[in-house]
Amino acid sequence: MDMNLPNPIRPAFTTPLRDDTVIVNIGPSHPATHGTIQIVAELDGEKILRTDVHCGYLHRGFEKECEDHTWHNLIPYVDRLNYCSALINDFAYCDAVERLMGVEITPRAKYLRTLLSEYSRLADHLTCIAASLMELGAMTAFLYLVMIRDYVYEHIADLTGARVTYTYGRIGGLARDLPDGWLKRLEEILVQYEEFIGRVHGLMDRNRIFIDRTRDVGVLTTAEAIHYGFTGPMLRSTGAPRDLRKDTPYLAYAELDFEVPVGIKGDNYDRYYVRMREMDESVHMIRQCVDLLHTKGQGPINADDRRCTLPPKDLVYTEIESLINHFKLIMDGPVVPAGEIYVAHEGANGELGFFLVSDGSGTPYKVHVRSPSFVHMGGAHRLLDGYQLADLIPTFGSINMIGGECDR
Amino acid sequence: MNAAIFDTVRAQLASVAPDATVSHGTLVLPIEPHALIHVVETLKGPCRFDMLLDVTAIDWPTRDPRFDVIWHFYSTAHKVRVRVRTQVTEVDATVRSLTPYYGSAAYAERECHEMYGIRFEGNADLRPILLYEGFVGHPLRKDYPKLAEQPLVPYREGFDPGDRTAG
Repeated sequence: MDMNLPNPIRPAFTTPLRDDTVIVNIGPSHPATHGTIQIVAELDGEKILRTDVHCGYLHRGFEKECEDHTWHNLIPYVDRLNYCSALINDFAYCDAVERLMGVEITPRAKYLRTLLSEYSRLADHLTCIAASLMELGAMTAFLYLVMIRDYVYEHIADLTGARVTYTYGRIGGLARDLPDGWLKRLEEILVQYEEFIGRVHGLMDRNRIFIDRTRDVGVLTTAEAIHYGFTGPMLRSTGAPRDLRKDTPYLAYAELDFEVPVGIKGDNYDRYYVRMREMDESVHMIRQCVDLLHTKGQGPINADDRRCTLPPKDLVYTEIESLINHFKLIMDGPVVPAGEIYVAHEGANGELGFFLVSDGSGTPYKVHVRSPSFVHMGGAHRLLDGYQLADLIPTFGSINMIGGECDR
Repeated sequence: MNAAIFDTVRAQLASVAPDATVSHGTLVLPIEPHALIHVVETLKGPCRFDMLLDVTAIDWPTRDPRFDVIWHFYSTAHKVRVRVRTQVTEVDATVRSLTPYYGSAAYAERECHEMYGIRFEGNADLRPILLYEGFVGHPLRKDYPKLAEQPLVPYREGFDPGDRTAG
């Protein structure tokens, strides 16, 4: 095989600043860069002087592909943006389309979406913390957290039929209602979560090795975080209580009681701790959603709107209007009026925004995703430069870059 | 609450964005390309829109000027969003870069540049970001075929890619 293949990237620098420094390449095929990020770094001994962060190895033309399908057909694609919390993508996308169409979802769909968004956030944070702790050698904490995450995945699979990419959102509602006993199992998992998260706190919070590796490493100030567009736990770790669930409430968040945990220094330790606290808040919100489902959330899961919701099956078999309605919704998809909209939900990593443009034809004219991971990669060099090469691993882990949404 | 902030922004920018509207809770400011820096300085300074969320474009191949360039700003103080939009022609698809004002502009402009061919004057680093070095064309333009392939690794000997080669 020809070994002189063209280099897919052009590094920002190829000449060392001094004659005793060295430029090295890290990734993309490296477990600590999650297999999709390439970092060109100039090192002075073990200290990183400057970095050039490249993404795009998981680019699959998501936005181009979206322009060739009906609005409903995109739901499996948006699932694959942040594949650690796919339901949040689903609901953010559906919310954007619904607002453009002027569809109002039912109370049950609203509470279920809120509950499942928080459940997904829990799974996402569990994954992020577990992976970054494991990269520091904390195998027990990793196994505790991933065990709970797997209970969550299996439990969501009972509802949606899939462990990771669910295709569960629908424009106007949800794919199906809760199976029997789902909420009972939910509470069991939350109780187990509380037990094991306590053990992880005990193992990590005052662990000398962990503190030495994370405290004062990868520090970012609030002003810099905002300058680089950081949102979510990254921004909150710097001490800014900015959370879209509080600031621009959507779904049922205005009805829920929760706090926005913030950090002090904006370092790796704070990012760990903010995520740990956010999971507790998510559990608190999930329990409130369960109560709300019982009190205010009875009834259908899909909006009674023939522009987006399939008609009842017995009517499809017995009357021509419903048959045609069903056929049109499957073949042509929902017709979204011409217009454009930007809708953002608080994803597990930060502001997940969908910018949709419709020309009224039934096919999206443009679907653009403002993905937190991509924006965070744009400022990642500020977290890496000046620290040790070995710090790259906990710092990169604390950003929780998800290749699917970063590269799209 | 949002309405009051939007009215302030509109009043400040009435001379350059007279057609401002509120669409789905976002203030939309259509402006001329040359007014961009004035608008951004006003937004970032007195109006306190401290975060640039996103830069993207829309391609209207049959329209002249062909492209809309779109910026989304967020104010962490007022908790509202503003969309700034301008139109540029295919021949002169150039707008000023916002990298001196917002760090997040660097990556977003690189993406918009490779996907739509919009040039951001003042951004010295417009290398491909999601695509690779040497990629020909701008894939999110409507005239770029969806199935076009530009493999960096050559096809296996004897394989016929059909009409999927780009260009």
